[in-house]
Formats: sequence, structure tokens, C-alpha cells
Amino acid sequence: MIAEIGLAALWLAAALAVLQMVSGAFALKAAEGEVNPLAIYARPAAVVQAFLAVLAFALLLWAFAITDLSIKLVASNSHSMKPLVYKLTGTWGNHEGSMLLWVGVLAASGGLLAAFERRLPERTMGATLAVQGFVALGFYAFLLLSSNPFERLPVPAMEGTGLNPLLQDIGLAIHPPTLYAGYVGLSVAFSLAMGALLTNQVNPAFARVLRPWVLGAWVLLTFGIAAGSYWAYYELGWGGWWFWDPVENASLMPWLAATALMHSVSVLAARDALRTWTIMLGVLAFSMSMLGTFLVRSGVLTSVHAFAVDPERGAFILVLLLLYIGGAFTIFALRAGAVAEGKRFSFSSREGALVFNNVMLSAILAIVLLGTLYPLVTEAFDVRVSVGPPYFNPASAIFAVPMFLVMAVGPLLRWKEDKPARIQFEMLMLAAVLIAVIAVTAMVGDYPFLPLLGLGLAAALALASFLPLRGRKLARVPLATWGMVLAHFGVAVSLFGMACEGAFSQERLAAVAPGGTEQVGDFSFTLQSVTPVAGPNWTALEARIAVSRDGGEPVILVPQARNFWSPQQSTSESALLTRWDGQLYAVLGNQAADGRWQIRMWWKPFVTFIWYGALLISLGGILAIVGRVRVDVKRRHASEVGEERRADLAALGAAAPVPAE
Amino acid sequence: MRNRLFLWVPLALFAFFAGLAGYMLTQEKSQFVESTMIGEPLPDFALKPAFEGLPGAAKADFVGTKPRLLNIWASWCLPCIAEAPQLEALQAQGVEIIGIAIRDRPADVANFLTRYGNPYSRVGADDISEVQLAIGSSGVPETFVIDAAGVIRYQHIGDIREDDVALLLAELEKAR
Amino acid sequence: MIRAVLAFLAALLAMPLTAQDAMPPAPYAYNQLDDPRLEAEATALMHTLRCLKCQSQSIADSDAPMAGDMRHQVRSRILAGESPDQIRSWLIARYGDYVSYNPTVSATTWPLFAIPVVLILIVGAVLARRLGKRRSDAADGEPT
Repeated sequence: MIAEIGLAALWLAAALAVLQMVSGAFALKAAEGEVNPLAIYARPAAVVQAFLAVLAFALLLWAFAITDLSIKLVASNSHSMKPLVYKLTGTWGNHEGSMLLWVGVLAASGGLLAAFERRLPERTMGATLAVQGFVALGFYAFLLLSSNPFERLPVPAMEGTGLNPLLQDIGLAIHPPTLYAGYVGLSVAFSLAMGALLTNQVNPAFARVLRPWVLGAWVLLTFGIAAGSYWAYYELGWGGWWFWDPVENASLMPWLAATALMHSVSVLAARDALRTWTIMLGVLAFSMSMLGTFLVRSGVLTSVHAFAVDPERGAFILVLLLLYIGGAFTIFALRAGAVAEGKRFSFSSREGALVFNNVMLSAILAIVLLGTLYPLVTEAFDVRVSVGPPYFNPASAIFAVPMFLVMAVGPLLRWKEDKPARIQFEMLMLAAVLIAVIAVTAMVGDYPFLPLLGLGLAAALALASFLPLRGRKLARVPLATWGMVLAHFGVAVSLFGMACEGAFSQERLAAVAPGGTEQVGDFSFTLQSVTPVAGPNWTALEARIAVSRDGGEPVILVPQARNFWSPQQSTSESALLTRWDGQLYAVLGNQAADGRWQIRMWWKPFVTFIWYGALLISLGGILAIVGRVRVDVKRRHASEVGEERRADLAALGAAAPVPAE
Repeated sequence: MRNRLFLWVPLALFAFFAGLAGYMLTQEKSQFVESTMIGEPLPDFALKPAFEGLPGAAKADFVGTKPRLLNIWASWCLPCIAEAPQLEALQAQGVEIIGIAIRDRPADVANFLTRYGNPYSRVGADDISEVQLAIGSSGVPETFVIDAAGVIRYQHIGDIREDDVALLLAELEKAR
Repeated sequence: MIRAVLAFLAALLAMPLTAQDAMPPAPYAYNQLDDPRLEAEATALMHTLRCLKCQSQSIADSDAPMAGDMRHQVRSRILAGESPDQIRSWLIARYGDYVSYNPTVSATTWPLFAIPVVLILIVGAVLARRLGKRRSDAADGEPT
């Protein structure tokens, strides 16, 4: 019954999406200040739909938890012997389940928007909900017509085929759901942007409604990408944390667009400038997340993280892309001209700096997009080329370096117009730090140019991120400003980690006999033994490696070479030793004919700072959301109190007081 | 506004992408990396015998009066079993096939050839894929047509199916 | 079409089996060069060469046997005194641009370099339009 209820819930939700779309569209027909009688159904439709979609997902989760092998999806992606946590996370470790998760989150956020957002004019809200319903409808159609997660098998399977062992990791519990939630947050931003564009309401009030969604999506994307990067780092077993792989780029591009959007929304909310640009970025950010979904699932590009690849489904997603993005860009081209130009500002102003960096972020986005899609272009002409780190790193640095420089001084500038001479001292100080760090590091050793530049920029940025607090009473600094400080500092921390990993990593590959000792960096490691061990659905060889730093107390690391039996696949489980100043990364390889074992060891100084930085950035985003929402609530409360008082005064002024009942 | 046209740029870029993506979806994705050594002479090499039954292979073995096939294979490769009958058919037509066994043990090579037939005149052992890399081959099995002067003329990627036999014969004829 | 799909499925199933050749890896597949400077050169190069048997991985990041053999080629050639550029060209001569993650300007890759240059020009123009002109406008006052 579970599957049938889930399927019914999905169909009902799809029907409600139609209602939401039609009813929302009627709101556009209403005259100014009036409510179309047919427009009142959009909000309840969105809310009920949210419950139904979440219910459908919960039912699938349940089916996976109890390993209901009469459901095709469970039988082909799960296994009764799997640990419960991987049974649950396996729900979205496949195409259908992950689309259902996506739809569930989409409907839930649509419901939230419909239930709680009362600040926008009804016409704008109607248009927004109509677009949201349209987007949701496409995904329902996709699920129901080509990827039904609840399909039954004619005869229940005896046993499931299991889940790809690389996915049997806690990373699967964190990375995809956060990333999807981030993508979905961008879809709400998209709907709001389209609603505002259609009803010509691109103004600060709209920006304040849009801002928490963009911030939220951006925080989730930041966290999701960082989690994915760390997951790949320890799971793939070669110590790389970013490969510029198409799938990685597919997740980076929405993040770049969302980062630009977030800053441009702030300008719109605070200064009523950058109206068209904000709408453009809203459409772009969602386009990039749809594009990512297409690239990941259609299989048009080869990737190490390839996931649930199917060209026919790719065609379906492409049709959705055409409808949403083609439609949005058409509306944009037709209507954006009607959006009145916002407030003006000079080049040396906070807006100026934000615009500069917005353009830089967009340029980096263009580079990543170009490098990712270019192999596809040449393949159309039967030529195969590869574009990798040696292209992406320098090409994006062309725009990233000026961006970091402006990012350091931008927050120090005043809105609208400022004299650069006013912050002369700060600029000189930052330049001195930048040059000093680069010079000192270059003297110590022979390091590549980009990591060197990264180190200098990181130091200058770290200092610069706290400068906006200078001369202010810390207790009175708004929470959102703290968020900005923290996030900018996080960028510096991340950049520092990347630069250190690039410049100072040390590698040791060696064939070691049990009892043998090798050296990597300050660490000496001794292979004590290699023994077989067994897990719930795998067997493994486990090495015990004693590691000691500068002759200190040894620590035992236990990397494994695992063999899963369903499906049959071997993985290498790296062992990590985390210290404040870096990570030691150990992998057990094969045994050579002479009995020695292949051991791979890396000492990666400050590599963890990459992800610490990402956490700081996310935390900064969360602080900004909390700060903004608190101010909004206060403001609403204040206006309510004010209205009450006015009503009271009016009542006092009236001749006959209303009698109490 | 003055520059309405500018607003259509995103749509135009998107349309280009959508067209490209749509086209690529209809194309069968090529899993193969083709060698760019076609038309080039074989590089110098001399491989030791892969097992005791047959001599090893060297570049000199390809220089002579007729074109030959160079077959890259291995006993641990399943598609190589599938193509074994076709190789025998080619040999029956008088084609000389020189094999190069990739990362293979002599006992396994001998076993494979007893079980699935031996179409080779020589089999060299390439334990570190050096010849494979030198001729631009990226997998097993692959078959190259080498003309009498030792120049690579044609590359067949993957196992030889029944309908590929005539194709290879034609290529051999062309290389004559 | 169906046959192709079946063959592909068979290939997928066969992958774990086919990878199981019993031979030890090539000497320099998993062993470093003694000279740290040469090893650094080799590592940097290996990170920019594509593993031909893998799904989008460099030969420095792969356990595929062929990646190991390619690493052996790189290290032993570096040891023999070849420069990284020579080794890269040697591989490109055999596998085309596909084998190198470092595209260079050629008949097939020039847009990769032309477009960023165009991009820089566009960015410059956009910034000049949006920001440069405003200063003189601001003098007139009257924001709209």
C-alpha cells in the first residue's frame, strides 16, 4: 500500500500545482488593490501540495527503511544487509529518489512562501506562485511520466542489488540534500524574480522578501559544495579536493551566480539600484542549477562523479530547461526594458565595488561555463579535447584576483559616493601585507606563482575583513554586518587553505614491508601489520600504521582496502590524522609480489582550512539571515503598534466610543 | 531604454546551448579514444615472448612484403574471448596476426590460447603497456592494420564482431 | 541500438573483472623518483594528463592499471632527461589533445583563449558603461 499511497499523493500534488498555477495567474487579472475571486486558491494549493509531496518522500524513505523489495527502485538500489543509515540515505542515492527529494523540498519551500509571505502585493505574489507552480508541475511530470519512484515489480525480488559502495558514506546523508535544498531555494528566488518582473515590482520591498531565500540558498550551496568536496577528498583516495570535473563545475556555477545575486539583492534592498541586474542574476542562478542537473544526469559529459546517467531523462530535463529558462529569458528580454532604472552611484562607492565584483563573479562563471561546455562543442565536430586545472586555475584567476582586491576595500567605502583618499591608510596597509607575505614566502622556497599569490591575498583579506569593525562599538554592530565580516574572513581562510595545499603538500609513495619505516614531511610512519577485517556488507584488508611526528608519541592510522560484495566493487578507505596545522592522509594500496605493501601518504599543511573557511562563510550567511529576519520582525511589530496607536487615537477622537461586549 | 537588443543576448546564448545539448543527446556517446598515429610508422620496439609456444614481437616483424594485423589483447579481457573466433577466421583467410599481450602472465596466455584458439604467428609480452602507449592504443582489445613498410594504416577499437571481418580484410587490401 | 546497450551493460559488468590483471604494476607506477626535484616535475605533469580508461580523472588520481603504466612512462622519461613538455607532446602525438588537460592554442582550441579575451573586453566595457559614465551624470544630479 505504501507505494500506492505515495504515488497517489504525487498525482494529487501535481493536480494542486496546476491549480496553484492557474489561480496564481488569475491574480494578474485583478485590478490594482483588488483581489480576483479565482486567485484565492493559489496559497492553500501550495500549502497542501507541500504536505503531499513531503508525504510521498517520507513514504519512499519508509520503503527503503524496511527494504520493500516489491518496489523496483528499492530492489535495484538497496540491500537488506546494508546498515540502516545507508538504507535511508540510499533513498536519494539514485535518480528517482533524488528527484523526489528535490520535488519534496521544492513543494515545502513553495508552501512556506505561500503560508508566511504577506509583504508583497497580491498581484506579485500571485504571479510568483504561478511561476512556482509551473516549475513544480514540470518536475511532477518528470517524476510521474518518466521516473516513477514507486513502480512495483511484477514479482518481488529476493534480494536487492545494493548501492554503489562509494555512496555508502555519511557524505551521502549531507551533501546531496543540502545541495538540492540550495538549488530549490534558488528556484524560489527565480519565481519571486519572475513575479516581480511580470508585475513591475522590482523595488527594495521586493528585495527584502527575496533576500532571505537567496541567503538561505547560498548558505546551503556553500555548505553542500564544501561537504561534497571533503567527501570526494577522503573517499576517492588520492588526496585531491577539487578536480574541475564537469559535475563539480555544475555545482560551482549556481554558487557563483548566487553569490553575485546575494550581493546585488543587498544593493537593491539598501539603495534601490541594480534592478535589472538583480532580476537577471535571479534567472541566471536558477538556470545554472537546472543546467547542472542536466549535465550531471544526461551523461553528455564524462565525469568521475557521474550519477544516474540516462540520455532519455536528459532529454526530459532539457525540455524543462527550454520551458523554464527559455521562457524566463524571453520574458526578461521583453519586460526588463520596462523596469525603471534604479538609483545612481559613483564608481568609488560601496555600490561601485559591489558592481565590480558582481561583474567579476559573472566573468568567472562564464569561464567555468566555457571550460565545462567546450569539450561538448568540439565533440559535436567529432574532436575530443580535455579542459582541466591548467586552464581553469589561471583563467579564473584573471578575474578572481581583482575581485579579491576590491573585496578587501569595498566594505570600507560609503554608499553612493566616496573619496578613495579617505581610506588611503587602510589601502596602503593591505598592500603592504600582500606584498610582504608574497615576498617572504618567495624567499623561503621555490613555489608556484598562483599559490603564492593566494597566500598574499588570503593574508590581506583576513585583515581587511575585520576593518569594517574598526572604530565601531562592537555591541552595536548589526548582526548582518557580523555575518559579512565572518563570511569575508571565511573566504580568506579558505583561500589560505587552498594556497597552502597547492604550495606545501608533500607526497610519499612507497612499497613498505611490515615493520618498515618511511618518512613524509615531519612524520615518520611504520607499517605494523595488514590484517583482514569484515564489515556488514564488505570485507577489507586493514593496515595498522604507526605515525609519529618529529619522533613524538606514535598514533595508529588504519586505512582499509575494502571489497563490497553487492554490488561487487572495491574502494580504498583513506585514514586521516588531523592536526591544527594540516592533515596526514594515508591510503593502503596493493601488495607487491615480494610481500611489500603499497602505501600512499600525504602531508597536507592547512588543507582543513579550506573547509573551515567554508563553514565560516556559511555561518556568516546564517548570521546575516538571522539579523535580517530579526530586523524585519521588529519593523513589522513596530508598524503594527503604530497602526494600533493610530486606531486608538482615531477611536478617541470619534464621538461615540464602541461599547465593549 | 536604448539598448533593447542587449537584453536578448542571454536568450541567444541559451538557445545556442540548448541546440548543442539537444544535438549531443541524439548522438551516441563515443567511449573510444582514437589513436592519432594512423599514417605514422610503428615505433621501434622489441618484446619478449608472452609464453613459450611462440616467438616475441618486434617492429622488424612487421616489415616485409605484406600487410599484417597487430592485435592488442589480454587473457584477462572478456571481449577478447568474444573476438577469438573472428581472429581465427581472419587467420584462415591467410592474414598474419601478431599479438601483443598486455600485463599478462605466460601461463594465462598459454591457457587462453589453448581454450579459445591461437590465431597468432607471434605474441609479444607488454607488461607495462609501453608499446600500447607508443601506438596510441587506449584499451583491450584493439586491432591495427600495419602495411608492409611498417606504417600504421587503420585502427579498430573494441572486439572484432562478425561483420567487422570483411571490413578488416578490405583495410588490409587497401594497405597492400 | 539494443545490441549496443547490451554490449555496454556487459562492459559495465565486466569492468571489475577486466581490471583484475594479475601482473605487478610497472616499476614507477607507484614509486617515486629519488630526486625530489624530478619527482615534483613528474607529479605536476601527471596531474595534467588524462587517464584514458577513467571517467574524467588525471593519471595522478587513478588506480586504473593503464594510469599506472602512464605514470611509469612519465617518471622514467623524466628520469631519462626528457622535459615535461616533450613528454606531453609525445602523448598528444599518440592520443590527440584529449590526453592533456592543459589545452594549448590550436585549430580546435582557440575559442578557449579567444573568448576570455573577448570577456575581458566586455567586462571592461560593462564596467566603463555602468560605472565610468555615472560620475559625469552624477554631476547633473537628478537620479531617476
